[in-house]
Amino acid sequence: MRPIHALTHALAPLALALAAAGCSTIGDDSSSSAPDDATKPTRVVLVTHESFSLPKPLIKQFEQASGLDLVVRATGDAGILTNKLVLTKDDPLGDVAFGVDNTFASRALDAGVFAPYDAALPDGAEEYRLPGDDEHGLTPVDDASVCVNVDDTWFADHDLAPPRTLDDLADPAYRDLFVTPGAATSSPGMAFLLTTIAAYGEDGWQDYWTKLMDNGVKLTAGWSDAYEVDFTQGGGHGDRPIVLSYDSSPAFTVSGGTSSTSALLDTCFRQVEYAGVLDGAANPDGAEQLVDFLLSPEVQAALPESMYVFPVDSSVKLPAEWARFAEQPSDPYEVDPGAIGEHRDEWLREWSDVTSR
Amino acid sequence: MRRAFELAGLSALPLAVLGVFFVLPVSGMVSEGFVADGRFDPGGVLEVLGRPRVHRVVWFTVWSSTVATLVAVLLGLPVAHLLHRRRFPGRGVLRSLLLVPFVLPTVVVGVAFRELIGESGPLGFLGLDGSAVAIVAGLVFFNVAVVIRAVGAAWESLDPRPAEAAAALGASPAQVLLTVTLPALRPAIVSAASVVFLFCATAFGVVLTLGGLRYSSVETEIYLLTTNLLDLQAAAALSILQLLAITGLLVVTGRLRAVPDPALARSVRRAPRPSRGDWPGVVATGLVLLLVGAPLAALALGSLRVGDAWSLGNYRALTGAGSQHALLVSVTDALVTSLRTAVDATWMSLSLGLLVTVVVTRRSRSRTERRVRGLLDGLFMLPLGVSAVTLGFGFLITLDRPPVDLRDSPLLVPIAQALVALPLVVRTLVPVLGGVDDRQRQAAASLGAGPLRTFATVELPLVWRPLTAAAGFAFAVSLGEFGATSFLAREDHPTLPIVIFHLIGHPGAMNYGMSLAASVVLAATTALVMLAVDRLRVSSVGAF
Repeated sequence: MRPIHALTHALAPLALALAAAGCSTIGDDSSSSAPDDATKPTRVVLVTHESFSLPKPLIKQFEQASGLDLVVRATGDAGILTNKLVLTKDDPLGDVAFGVDNTFASRALDAGVFAPYDAALPDGAEEYRLPGDDEHGLTPVDDASVCVNVDDTWFADHDLAPPRTLDDLADPAYRDLFVTPGAATSSPGMAFLLTTIAAYGEDGWQDYWTKLMDNGVKLTAGWSDAYEVDFTQGGGHGDRPIVLSYDSSPAFTVSGGTSSTSALLDTCFRQVEYAGVLDGAANPDGAEQLVDFLLSPEVQAALPESMYVFPVDSSVKLPAEWARFAEQPSDPYEVDPGAIGEHRDEWLREWSDVTSR
Repeated sequence: MRRAFELAGLSALPLAVLGVFFVLPVSGMVSEGFVADGRFDPGGVLEVLGRPRVHRVVWFTVWSSTVATLVAVLLGLPVAHLLHRRRFPGRGVLRSLLLVPFVLPTVVVGVAFRELIGESGPLGFLGLDGSAVAIVAGLVFFNVAVVIRAVGAAWESLDPRPAEAAAALGASPAQVLLTVTLPALRPAIVSAASVVFLFCATAFGVVLTLGGLRYSSVETEIYLLTTNLLDLQAAAALSILQLLAITGLLVVTGRLRAVPDPALARSVRRAPRPSRGDWPGVVATGLVLLLVGAPLAALALGSLRVGDAWSLGNYRALTGAGSQHALLVSVTDALVTSLRTAVDATWMSLSLGLLVTVVVTRRSRSRTERRVRGLLDGLFMLPLGVSAVTLGFGFLITLDRPPVDLRDSPLLVPIAQALVALPLVVRTLVPVLGGVDDRQRQAAASLGAGPLRTFATVELPLVWRPLTAAAGFAFAVSLGEFGATSFLAREDHPTLPIVIFHLIGHPGAMNYGMSLAASVVLAATTALVMLAVDRLRVSSVGAF
């Protein structure tokens, strides 16, 4: 006798039937809107990072005006997005990519991910163009500066003048007060490393970081660890009153008509996010319409509250709290995107060495 | 000949699934690393393995995972005994509660942990924040449930008579434990330990969040190399290292798992109430409850605070879109997506897992056959040990053309989750099904029972408990899975962990509170589902 046959015969057809019937609770809705090769495309696919968000009525408006279904594929952060685009460039994931920023842009451009599209830019957007992108592969959509933030209430309570500059952060008066996400694991953390590289030069930033480490800077994995756990004004009420965050962050700590925090505008690095038509897009026409849509006054006005970033369109009116409390730096630190692409690996390695010593 | 056909037939479906959704993507991604400037260049990959940094990273991964696994097993065994061999009020609730950490997203647990042990937290004086101790504690927090549940399920179906006979012959409780019970449980313990080790070795969030960037594991290194630096050569080297290490681990545990004379009870007696001799179980349960309970309590308390006041505001907000429209979907919608996905992932992993279990537990007639079955057994453990990043990117670059053009399919998420859950399902079922006495089946068959009836009367009652345990695991894995899901989840249908991650990553006090509240909802949902699964009894099936 071969007794285990019992189980064998009972289960195999069952499992096969289950698998074949695909008795799934999730319907496959992608087939209905998939484009046929010869007919007019019915949809446009936006590949983006997980922070992408726009009000639903705006998306409806675009779909009605263009007659296209907007399919949003949002995963990972700017780095993951860029690498996905590079790895799939022969068979792109969609028609438009939004969310590649100036720290990753050169990698995408070098790989030939984007097709040229010279969109008509709104007022004031020209200055956000990516240096060196002469073929117009990328179109600026929004910007946000990464700046050191301080808890003004804490400093008032402790009779201490808050720091103002990068040098101050290494001053023993501010020992053990600063928390920042690390450059290797966090995009604002990387921006802060670039700030220090721009400020102290390619050979000087290592010394600055050594001083920072000696002065008790705390490194965390991500922005939320630093802001929500260790920062005194974060959700977890930590004990460090200096944190790396954004220029817009003070608009989120408003109560009773004043903000309890402020951004140090001399410590900022500007991150610009771009949109671009993907080379080999199934629907290049729709893709260009989508890029134009991202530059439209309606979307530009919705950016602050939907994605916590500033519009590139200078004529757009900002939300009241932003207009009052979110001040943008006039002269942020800059690093050439090409240099970032070339040295990212080496800088991160050196940074890891300095900070784990 | 017929046996060979059957072996091939039964394993065809699981092998096909594994081939398409694991071997293909991973080898696609690894081979990217072997090609430099359009040329095949294996030397570069080898060179990476010589870097001192790689050695440090590998060493940290090995020792932290080993210590965490040992602690989880030592803590988990007495708890498994108390919760599965003793009867007391509230037992079911405790069991389901202890599984909760398993599903919680690491970003939120990291925050909850750090609020406790951080410089300003109630346990701040211990100075644990950013230490290796914190990492190990976090790993144990997430994985002790695996030991409790997998070993407990086996313990429950263990025949008590050999132990009773030993005791009657004068053996002390310690002697009974060491000479009778533990050897009989060895397959289950080794199975659980190997799964826990793999989970620890591929842990990502815990190492970064609790280690304060001072420590890197192979997994965090692959993540950095792949998502940030796009250094596919180095990532491929580490992926291959992962695969080799897992293979080695599987060979060792495969040897340790083998038990000469498995003994399973056909019927399980009503468990006795705890007695004085159960103090180790009570103490260990208390410790585990403390370890699991403290961060959960911090989480629950945090979710009830809005500003400086107590409020249910965070929970009321869950049906909305977050402050400043942080979300495209509400948390309640995401919960529905999560549950639906989990149902799919559960039936997928259970049906595949049963097939695999049947294949690998069947008694072999020849050495070759045993080797083949052993190989298959190990093969299905591999998805646990390979980086979700490698798999996620691999999906994108390999599943993009017919016949498997699945990049955009919504089924990809439950399939990926089922693959992660599959090893747990198999490891829970194999020790039990492997222990079914062949003579019982033969007796049933010679009494005239057909195959189905034999299955329903002999195997099903024995397999039922581990099957529900496995279903619970699969469901929990799916509810909590973040790594692979975050690569695949589509914005219009994100699962709850994705939404929680999104909420906690954005400014605004309300978003922070909501992410805590959403985590509590995820935890509560999991506990309820586990409670319901544990209540499923088999008494109505079979006629005895």
